[in-house]
Amino acid sequence: MAGELASTRAVSRTFAPVRTPLLIPTWVIIGFFLVAPVLMMLAYSFLTKEFRGGVIWEFSLAAYDQFIFDRGLFGDEPPQIEWTYIVIFVRSIIQAAVATLLCLIIGFPTAYFIATRSPATRSMWLFLVTVPYWVNLLIRTVSMKFLIRDNGPLNEALMGLGVIGEPIALINTDFAVQLGLFYSYLPFMVLPIYASVERYDFALSEAAADLYANRWTILYKVILPIVWPGIVAGCILVFVPSLGAFLAPDLLGGAKNFLIGSLIEEQFKGNAGNWPFGAAASMILLSLVLIALFIYARRQARRSAQAA
Amino acid sequence: MSEQDIAIDVRNAVKRFGAVTALAGVSLTIRDNEFFTLLGPSGCGKTTLLRLIAGFEEITEGEILLYGEDIGTLPPNRRPINTVFQHYALFPHMTVAENVAFGMRRLGWSKADIEDQTGRILDLVKLGDLAARRPAQLSGGQQQRVALARAMAPRPKVLLLDEPLSALDLKLRQAMRIELKQIQEETGITFVFVTHDQEEALTMSDRIAVMSAGEIRQVGTPHEIYEAPNDRFVADFIGETNVLDVTVQRGPDGAWHSRLPNGAVFPCEAAGTPPQDGAAAHVLIRPERLSLVPEAESNSGLTGVVDQIVYLGTDIQYGVRLDEGPDVLVRAQNVGSDTTSFRNGDRVGLAIAPGGARLLVD
Ligand SMILES: Nc1ncnc2c1ncn2[C@@H]1O[C@H](COP(=O)(O)OP(=O)(O)OP(=O)(O)O)[C@@H](O)[C@H]1O
Ligand SMILES: [Mg+2]
Repeated sequence: MAGELASTRAVSRTFAPVRTPLLIPTWVIIGFFLVAPVLMMLAYSFLTKEFRGGVIWEFSLAAYDQFIFDRGLFGDEPPQIEWTYIVIFVRSIIQAAVATLLCLIIGFPTAYFIATRSPATRSMWLFLVTVPYWVNLLIRTVSMKFLIRDNGPLNEALMGLGVIGEPIALINTDFAVQLGLFYSYLPFMVLPIYASVERYDFALSEAAADLYANRWTILYKVILPIVWPGIVAGCILVFVPSLGAFLAPDLLGGAKNFLIGSLIEEQFKGNAGNWPFGAAASMILLSLVLIALFIYARRQARRSAQAA
Repeated sequence: MSEQDIAIDVRNAVKRFGAVTALAGVSLTIRDNEFFTLLGPSGCGKTTLLRLIAGFEEITEGEILLYGEDIGTLPPNRRPINTVFQHYALFPHMTVAENVAFGMRRLGWSKADIEDQTGRILDLVKLGDLAARRPAQLSGGQQQRVALARAMAPRPKVLLLDEPLSALDLKLRQAMRIELKQIQEETGITFVFVTHDQEEALTMSDRIAVMSAGEIRQVGTPHEIYEAPNDRFVADFIGETNVLDVTVQRGPDGAWHSRLPNGAVFPCEAAGTPPQDGAAAHVLIRPERLSLVPEAESNSGLTGVVDQIVYLGTDIQYGVRLDEGPDVLVRAQNVGSDTTSFRNGDRVGLAIAPGGARLLVD
């Protein structure tokens, strides 16, 4: 029987046994490096701040209060909504969303291209996509800054070609930040999409063409729905780290438009030195992401339940 | 024949993949309403020819006409031809009904028409109650029917089927053969059917084209292909056949005869240009046209020793080592225990049924 079809059937759980002892290292690592730090952050966010960093072990809601309410300089005025941090969050979400969109627009055709090469050359293309990642993120971001600054190679080249008369101000703009995020996380978009396009059976495209679908209809009605899980995975993998990123916003955006990542970084490193507040901001960010993912997963589950 | 009688006209089609020549100049006419089969061994170019007609491959040389119109340059989505793929290629994210409706939607049929036709076609392939299922929730035979329904629903002028039954087990395959043939007759759609199973080809087709190595060896009705093969390849490929080396001899009555090396002479048929008197030739005899007789009663001068008896259920097949010449197969109907009166090692003569021997000159 058609192997592609058979493989889409859910494999019975009975045939996927994983023995508990083999999982111990995994649990240890997840517990130590994932759960413990998150619990620590959760605890810190409810403690009292020590000036110049650190915490005092005393329960306090001050960090969350500071995030949401403005009580004046001395904390004695009637509380009003504090917009500063909400604006930072919204701005960060927009930046991350634009970066994710950029990654998708460039990443999907790239992944599709690679997946349709001959098997022999595919690994070379994949290798090329990951080559920039052999260099540290900081260095890559700094070189990006060098490339796009006012008298950097990009502007010089464009002026040399006569495309522009004056350097375009790219550096220290939102666009520079989006570009930096896009550059930082592109492979996280390409790789999962590649994995799902590679499994896609191109006979389905032929069948669709045979049934009077043109190229666009094939893309929208057949290819995209089938590789959708890969696209979602890629978007999550790009969006989530973009949301908390601080290198690109700092180096390429100047410190002009504060984003969540920089805000949190400041609390732990900079002069602001407010650990509970940094922890609270992190927890709020984490909760937002988890809630969004949860809603998405629920909707997917309901949709596939409807289909069955 | 007028243009309306010829569904597909393939003229000198050549297809090369780099250095590989998959089709080396194929010419064919497929008639309107016909069940036409492309038959040939693996790698002979059947799928390639089908893909050229569907438009998935570009033709290297030659042309393809659909009811008189050159379709060689049209993309597949602009050809009123649909395909049933060997592995079905059903859309896994759509229900059965959505799969079937896909082509009609693209053609812009009205919602009501699509619903009507989907229901009618699903009833035709007996899948009415499974319309809401996904392909992964169907058996192989059911998937095959969905593929057929999906391809037929938009009322194509020609339906192409690439070994659609090869993934099914024998029982289902035999049932589907009859059903496919019935569906073809009911709908009046021209079917171009690819198979490498000669039995399938013989039972279903109006006409068969036998292919080998990118060429067409013979086109004809099942009867013509089986009874009057053009050459040894066709004779060998369609059913089993015995081949004997003979010398051509004109009988006293002007009819054709074959002379065996031992001097025995028997009458035979000759097709096309009759071979020269005295020329070396082959004679083809189907196993069921031979029968075992006591040595003295042979009408052909062929004698030998039984060295193999194979029980086939409805038939019994004997292997006979000829005194002069190769081993031959003889097939007798199993009518009762007395037919097995010949045993291993018995000396026998062979009788040829009238018209059972066919002369071929290579
Ligand atoms: N895309 C291709 N590239 C190179 N060679 C090809 C390609 N497609 C087919 N061929 C070659 O063309 C020849 C005919 O192939 P085709 O698939 O038409 O055979 P077929 O008669 O359908 O065989 P089967 O019964 O095994 O399906 C084969 O020799 C095959 O290797
Ligand atoms: Mg084939």
